[in-house]
Amino acid sequence: MTSQALDEIKIGGLGASRKRVEDNRFIRGTGNYTDDITLPGMLHMEILRSPLAHARIKSIDTRRAWEVPGVHLVLTGEMMATRNLAWMPTLSYDTQAVLATDKVRFQGQEVACVIADDPYIAKDACELIDVEYEPLPPIVNPTQAQAQGAPLIRDDKENQHDNVIYNWEVGDREGTDRAFEQADVISALQLHYPRSHPSPIECCGSIADFNRSTSKLTVYMTSQAPHIVRAAVALVAEIPEHMIRIISPDIGGGFGNKVPVYPGYVCSILASILLERPVKWIEDKSGNLISTGFARDVYLDGELALRRDGKILAVRMRTDADHGAFFSDAQPSKFKIGLMHSTFAAYDVPVGHIMARGLYTNKAPGGVAYRCSFRVTEAMFFQERMMHAAAEDLGMDQAEFRRINFVRDDDFPHRTPFGFLTDSGQYGECLDVGLKAVGYEDFRARQAAARKEGRLLGLGISTMTEPLGAGNSREYDILGIKMFDSAELRVHMTGKAIVRTGAKTQGQGHETTWAQIVAHELGIPAEDIIVEEGDTDTAPFGMGTYASRSTPVAGAAVAMAARKVRAKARKLAAHLLEVSEEDVEWELGRFYVRSAPDRGVTIQECAMAAYSNMPDGMEPGLENVSYYDPPNLTWPFAAYFVTVEVDPATGVWDVLNMVAVDDCGVRINPMIVEGQIMGGLTEAYAMANMQFQTYDAEGNCVGANYMDYLLPTAWETPGYELHSEIMTPCPHHPIGAKGIGECAAVGGPAAFVNAVMDALSGTGVRNVDMPLLPDRVWQAITTGQDVSGAPPVKTGD
Amino acid sequence: MTTVYDDLSDEESGEVPVSRIKFSINGRKKIAEVEPRLLLSHLIRRGLGLTGTHMGCDTTNCGACTVLVDGRAIKSCTMLAVQADGHAITTVEGLATASELHPLQEGFKEEHGLQCGFCTPGMMLAAKQLLDENPDPTEEDVRWALSGNLCRCTGYQNIVKSVLWAADKLREGQS
Repeated sequence: MTSQALDEIKIGGLGASRKRVEDNRFIRGTGNYTDDITLPGMLHMEILRSPLAHARIKSIDTRRAWEVPGVHLVLTGEMMATRNLAWMPTLSYDTQAVLATDKVRFQGQEVACVIADDPYIAKDACELIDVEYEPLPPIVNPTQAQAQGAPLIRDDKENQHDNVIYNWEVGDREGTDRAFEQADVISALQLHYPRSHPSPIECCGSIADFNRSTSKLTVYMTSQAPHIVRAAVALVAEIPEHMIRIISPDIGGGFGNKVPVYPGYVCSILASILLERPVKWIEDKSGNLISTGFARDVYLDGELALRRDGKILAVRMRTDADHGAFFSDAQPSKFKIGLMHSTFAAYDVPVGHIMARGLYTNKAPGGVAYRCSFRVTEAMFFQERMMHAAAEDLGMDQAEFRRINFVRDDDFPHRTPFGFLTDSGQYGECLDVGLKAVGYEDFRARQAAARKEGRLLGLGISTMTEPLGAGNSREYDILGIKMFDSAELRVHMTGKAIVRTGAKTQGQGHETTWAQIVAHELGIPAEDIIVEEGDTDTAPFGMGTYASRSTPVAGAAVAMAARKVRAKARKLAAHLLEVSEEDVEWELGRFYVRSAPDRGVTIQECAMAAYSNMPDGMEPGLENVSYYDPPNLTWPFAAYFVTVEVDPATGVWDVLNMVAVDDCGVRINPMIVEGQIMGGLTEAYAMANMQFQTYDAEGNCVGANYMDYLLPTAWETPGYELHSEIMTPCPHHPIGAKGIGECAAVGGPAAFVNAVMDALSGTGVRNVDMPLLPDRVWQAITTGQDVSGAPPVKTGD
Repeated sequence: MTTVYDDLSDEESGEVPVSRIKFSINGRKKIAEVEPRLLLSHLIRRGLGLTGTHMGCDTTNCGACTVLVDGRAIKSCTMLAVQADGHAITTVEGLATASELHPLQEGFKEEHGLQCGFCTPGMMLAAKQLLDENPDPTEEDVRWALSGNLCRCTGYQNIVKSVLWAADKLREGQS
């Protein structure tokens, strides 16, 4: 056979570490972020925020603000209320204040807005608004929220008599209780996964542009999910959906922070409608950190029932989640605490039970999935910290304990104790690759030798599989909208093409990788394909980019759209080759006659024929749309290994080595995948080492700017050794890919913490809550006691 | 260029103090009339329309707004425009010539040193000062030189590689 198939790597197909096309504008400084857009006649909006965590608003006097030259509008909750916009629905069936009317419920809550010629003027005028507050006692953690006589935070809600948002449970309570009765050893651990903020460098912002003459509202905004925003605006602002155009231009990082709809967006929209001019709102960093979607802040009470030989018999978890003042997560509606119940999916655990409670506090609202598939970060952190503690309790080797409990390669598909169906993986092989890379046996010997000199070395392991790529639509929806995604592919007559999807890149490189999928399916060189996302007037409906769902869902839709196009191209090829369709074979980029392989036509020739020489009766054109509803989640596996040295005199710990083994199935662009992993590992390191938000007893946010909210720089961040030897394709994804964007941020934190805990083994310390700040580690070493990161409770004065 | 103001019949509105400054931006000489409180980053972004200089944090931490003033990397969100009087400013838009990218720009693309691209201009300019002063830096030198710039996407490893790639290329060009 004389194959004339194209070289897939050369055309930038599957597996090519193709350089990114979007870089061409970013390296020149010609990206187009929301704040870079200037529209004729544009005004600027600034938000006045509450200085108090909990207070009744007695009065708001805006007169002095109105008098500032250049001020066009001052918005308050009272004015919003006249339009029925003082409150808005959240993505989790709660309501959230747009501008406060009755009370402020967290520090930084939006109280009023000023729209002016210039942002400086708007800010000046904000400071001239007089708000009289009557302070109320603040609640800063779930314990206070549940205390007898605790002030009711959400007195705006009918039938809300306490601060509980939900009580949710999953699993088999009785079966779990029975398993615990039969356990040889019960290993218990209490943890707090601290509150964190995704904190992309670019803050949130919008430019609303209501055009009276067309009745059309265009909003440029920092949204990871522009179609969801369009639906939300249609519902909230009562503007017909076809008259709303949401455009997400370039986004300076999202990480889940840019999924929800924020009051600032809504206010800029109303201001533009009232003023009939474009209104730009660009949040400052403090506004972003103290008011927009935070993540985590979950307390765990966890137990494992164990047999003496190391077999896990059951898992039991109780969690309290601090959601802040409004339940404004974006969680699938069936699962109140996201996918927390994906915990222990990598291990063969017969039975388990989880009880989850959500609570209101006087803190910023959120609980967003920060580089995370709906709370899987907490799920996997709790899992791997519990695994570490259990191995210690049993006196077993950390690696061996995990290995004997892994779901085995021949056990798939495997039903987890909480109902998920995992479908593929080579967990033991990944573990082996990592143990070899980190020099496990050698390190243990070095560690023992160092101990004798009083030096504390530690090695931490974290292994996990996580559910990425929501939906399927049977189980996953947000506000009832099913979690599928979409792609549209148009092949022009000269064989060039455009792809549009319902996802929205924020650095993940969709403009590069979606073209690679089409190149793989059709043999059109990737450089001949452009990708466009983020404009709801042109892109097909999709649920956006978060939860590592782009490749599993929108990427699959790209492949399916390309296959539909190829099916039509085959008919065109048969017509051009004057043979029946059954006699036509495909190789990359080309159809040929089975009996005469030299006789063929390229995909480009088929494209030309679609516009110039189609057979009688065939619809012209070569394009298609695919809406893809995945049959299952994808289940990547990861094994992370960290070695550290802890300075016993100061509590400072340094990373000696970090090895990451990721099996995310087929890698479309290995360079981009590795970039995602390294980014995730750094967020994991940040979480373990320094990055957290806490609140003092008055509800003041500590971490309201980058001087207090610490993020690692190039100087602290360790180097990483990445491994991709193990590759288990996803059995149901069209090209065998699995999600990857968040794996390292999900699985990584426990590896760092476990390493430090391993260094402290033998001191009696079972847990130090993240972040493992030097003072916490030092305190643990000095006292031999666990260190909790729970925020302080006001003791009364 | 002209600016039209609303006539608010308000005596105070005419009293916003304005300073006249002269400076150069990417080699071109400019004169501007600015409010004394105007930040240099806002002069660059809004006054000059050069939006490659980004603003991330307002507190001199993130470095997204890094530009060169007389060849030294500074954070333009914490310098007043009036302080730029008499100085030469280089922004990301001044890195490439019409026909050729700066090796740092090439390096960031070659080594996948960026994802969302928001920190990239600041990173490249901080790196430029380093390479101007030290053409053959170690990895540690690069990490230290970039420690005033935050990136949330890449984990820095590829940024460091990008800068080393550019250093190699610049040295090759000189030998």
